[in-house]
Amino acid sequence: MLAYIGRRALLAIFTVWAISMLAFVIIQLPPGDYVSSYIAQMASMGSVVTDEEAQNLRIQYGLGQPIYVQYWKWMKQIAEGNFGFSMEWRRPVTEVIGERLWLTVVVAVSALLLTWVLALPIGIYSAVRQYSIGDYAATFVGFIGLAVPNFLLALVLLYLGFTLFNAHIGGLFSPELQDAPWSLARVWDLLKHLPIPALILGLAGTAQQIRIMRANLLDELRKPYVVTARSKGLSEPRVIVKYPVRMALNPFASTIGYTLPYIVSGSIIVSLVLGLPTVGPLLLKALISQDMFLAGTIVLLLGIMTVIGTLISDIVLVWIDPRIRLEDT
Amino acid sequence: MALAADAGRVPSVSTTDQQRIFVASQWQLMWWRFRKHRVAVASAVVVAGFYLAVLGAEFLAYSDPNASEAQRSLMPPQPIHWFDDGRFRPHVYGLKGARDPKTFKRVYQADPRQKIPVRFFAQGFEYRFLGLIPMSRHLIGVDPARDAAGTIFLLGTDVQGRDLWSRLMYGTRISLTIGLLGVTASLVLGVVLGGLSGFYGGVTDTVIQRIIEILRSIPTIPLWMGLAAALPRDWSIVQVYFAITVIISLLGWTELARVIRGRFLALREEDFVVSARLVGCSQMRTIFVHMVPSFMSHIIAATTLALPAMIISETALSFLGLGLRPPAISWGVLLQQAQNVQTVAISPWLMIPAVPVIIAVMAFNFLGDGLRDAADPYGR
Amino acid sequence: MPRILMDAEPLLSVRNLKTYFQQDEGTVKAVDGVYLDMNPRATLGVVGESGCGKSVTARSILRIVDRPGRIVEGEIWFRRPAANGGPGSHAVDLAKLEPNGLQMRSIRGAEIALIFQEPMSSFSPVHSVGNQIVEAIMLHQEIGRREARDRAIQMLRRVGVSSPDQRIDQLAHQLSGGLRQRAMIAMALSCSPTLLIADEPTTALDVTTQTQILELMRQLQQEDGMAIMLITHDLGVIAEMATDVAVMYLGRVVEQAPVDAIFHAPKHPYTRALLRSIPRMRARSRERLTPIAGSVPHPYDRPAGCPFHPRCPDFIAGTCDREPPAPRAVGDRHIVSCFLYE
Repeated sequence: MLAYIGRRALLAIFTVWAISMLAFVIIQLPPGDYVSSYIAQMASMGSVVTDEEAQNLRIQYGLGQPIYVQYWKWMKQIAEGNFGFSMEWRRPVTEVIGERLWLTVVVAVSALLLTWVLALPIGIYSAVRQYSIGDYAATFVGFIGLAVPNFLLALVLLYLGFTLFNAHIGGLFSPELQDAPWSLARVWDLLKHLPIPALILGLAGTAQQIRIMRANLLDELRKPYVVTARSKGLSEPRVIVKYPVRMALNPFASTIGYTLPYIVSGSIIVSLVLGLPTVGPLLLKALISQDMFLAGTIVLLLGIMTVIGTLISDIVLVWIDPRIRLEDT
Repeated sequence: MALAADAGRVPSVSTTDQQRIFVASQWQLMWWRFRKHRVAVASAVVVAGFYLAVLGAEFLAYSDPNASEAQRSLMPPQPIHWFDDGRFRPHVYGLKGARDPKTFKRVYQADPRQKIPVRFFAQGFEYRFLGLIPMSRHLIGVDPARDAAGTIFLLGTDVQGRDLWSRLMYGTRISLTIGLLGVTASLVLGVVLGGLSGFYGGVTDTVIQRIIEILRSIPTIPLWMGLAAALPRDWSIVQVYFAITVIISLLGWTELARVIRGRFLALREEDFVVSARLVGCSQMRTIFVHMVPSFMSHIIAATTLALPAMIISETALSFLGLGLRPPAISWGVLLQQAQNVQTVAISPWLMIPAVPVIIAVMAFNFLGDGLRDAADPYGR
Repeated sequence: MPRILMDAEPLLSVRNLKTYFQQDEGTVKAVDGVYLDMNPRATLGVVGESGCGKSVTARSILRIVDRPGRIVEGEIWFRRPAANGGPGSHAVDLAKLEPNGLQMRSIRGAEIALIFQEPMSSFSPVHSVGNQIVEAIMLHQEIGRREARDRAIQMLRRVGVSSPDQRIDQLAHQLSGGLRQRAMIAMALSCSPTLLIADEPTTALDVTTQTQILELMRQLQQEDGMAIMLITHDLGVIAEMATDVAVMYLGRVVEQAPVDAIFHAPKHPYTRALLRSIPRMRARSRERLTPIAGSVPHPYDRPAGCPFHPRCPDFIAGTCDREPPAPRAVGDRHIVSCFLYE
């Protein structure tokens, strides 16, 4: 079991490294180096950067040196907690991102939880009552969920909310609590605003998970151990919940690793449409104004968050499947 | 001491059926199975319709998609009235524009007295059909010579007063071809890497599998957003088009590689592959003559299933303003105008481009599902 | 309706049982008019080719036929001991019970137990063997977990599992095939059923293990006195184990008789053909085996009349292809469904 977790952790470290490379590439992509853009930006604001300052900045970021040296210097700064400086906001990147990163995590995790809470019972129902009206309905809704891109869904819901109820369904906080310090009232406000973004983000995942759960469970329901359980005289719900559902959970749980990146990806665009105070709108703004340290940092942090989430789900998987637990003992 | 039964003749009832199945080619079997899948067949028709629209976008459009006029900003759709006094005489009502004295916005009122006849195969702007044949006929249109003030906007106009229907036809062309090209690029990557992985196994397999695993555990959209944002601003439409194709194809190849690897692994141990190798077929011959044909159908199915993701990615990137940029027209570019909920609330027709996105994605999904089921001709 | 039975009456009596599977392609008549009788403590061997409805008959008796299968007709009378352990007994028609109702569930596992072919997959791979046996015990007997566990260990010891107090916490895939089938028997017998249905219990095992398992079953039968319905396509196993034999063909029992009568005086043409198709120990050398002519018809296309008539050497045109023959007694406990004996 430890070997398994060790392998997953190693892969996670590799993944983080790959993400850091990609984020670095994104920072490097725009023409011109960071300091020249910085000087130009400052000049347009009317302040002058002295040659000495420019020289210091160049040394700090290792500009002019080979690319791997620059990468190394960037990594070293990140290790010290310095993610660079946002030109657009003229503040350190960490300050700009602030609580947005955590709100992104909250939105993604609640979408994931909602996916599970919805997909599990619906999937079980669909499999046990195969070809029933409920099953067909679930399949149909599932196809809609897969076919409608979540940002379009957000757009439609926003429009309906606006025209039918004259209510703005976007955002994560009521206006009066938008910039308030954290308090119980603000947390409650957040919880009230969460369901709609969570539903929009989770719908495609839910649809997919229902299909997976249904297919797995249909496979498991045909297995002999189900007949054994039935022949003992167990009641039907107990037979199904204790045995085949338990088995079908494993492949179901292993898809969590692919669902999370998908949800995080989706949250970027959906946040834009719904105006959620996550890193999504910030990333788009940074990319459009070529504020590359901010953009690169957001990509890196999102990636790391996702990898950590996936790793946690892997460990949960080991915990529920004794076959993996016993694999290396 | 088990029973020695089941010897002798095949039961007469199913002989013809079985013989038909024995001699049928793989593609015939696939077709028979596919035909049973009603929804998939209907989806195939829808998909074919979409690609016909791609070919004949200019013919289906009736006005220049880039012709803008401030006077016609945000005109509502003009539905076609097919009958006039019980006779078949398709027409639309003329629209009268006026400025709202309070908000200074242009508002339009349909005028049932002004009936503008809709003509079929009408004269319009000149174009080259399929890029070759010069033509100026369009499926529908109004005759500018006879109805000087006559305009037709089936789906209304956008902020710049451009006809949404015509723009949608051109957008369909770009969105669907970009998906097709993207999936082709993905397919090349997927076949090469999945094939290497499945055929050689061992270290190659491990390395490629880890790469796929890493790529799949990264949230891709922010990454592709970063890449797309870095495209130089001064690139031409064509350059951006191909760059976006490459970027979205980087999204799709992992799933295709996974499918192909799976097929390779399954086939590698099959008797006919082993015997091909034993009789001395070269590796290339074994792969391309013996293995690839037997999972061609799976590749086609997987490719069809990968297409919707491509279409959604392009739409999403363009919607964010990071993908194709005007004056290029794609579904995503068209939807950009629907970003602001206040605008949409006043002019809901701006959301219409979402409809073909959803229909196309659904049709490709159903078609792919049907193909995937049919690809296993001996299964169930 | 429960009814009071004489003591000499059978433990299980199946009358004209029909279990059909309604599918898009047509109706599969898996069981199509089965008559069976079983006495207490007897061992009834049920033989027939694959797909003749043996397993579906067994599952119909337990009322665990998978959808879309459904009992469409017939009666399954099963004798239950009187409540509170008192003397006397009464019979219930299992075919009339709710498949998942309380009464059926109190019979299933407690009075009728099932073991079947796949010892590999008939245990859940993620629960310990003990967990699954204890579950069965606690379901039907009002005892605590600790006591149930003791009883499970005791049961495992009885079926010959070595160090049962350790094995009980293992997962099924940690046991060998033979041990797994022993554990399965332990689970089936843990509630002392009056009828054990063994559906091809030894098919997946190697020959040595097969003999051991059969020997174990016979020994446990002597100790506990349950009846065994032994479903198999192996006539050798039948000859070794059974007191009575029912021969099935295409969803019907064509002949039921004591084991000697079947092997030495078979009446039905199918039984005779079946016996000719197996090698015999004392056969003359170079004697040829005679395969049964033709093959089993397509499941959607069963012949009218006697299902065996297209392959029957004694086919009577105009009779055998009209109506199916009714079961008819031709000797003591010897019943045949064939027009030759009408």
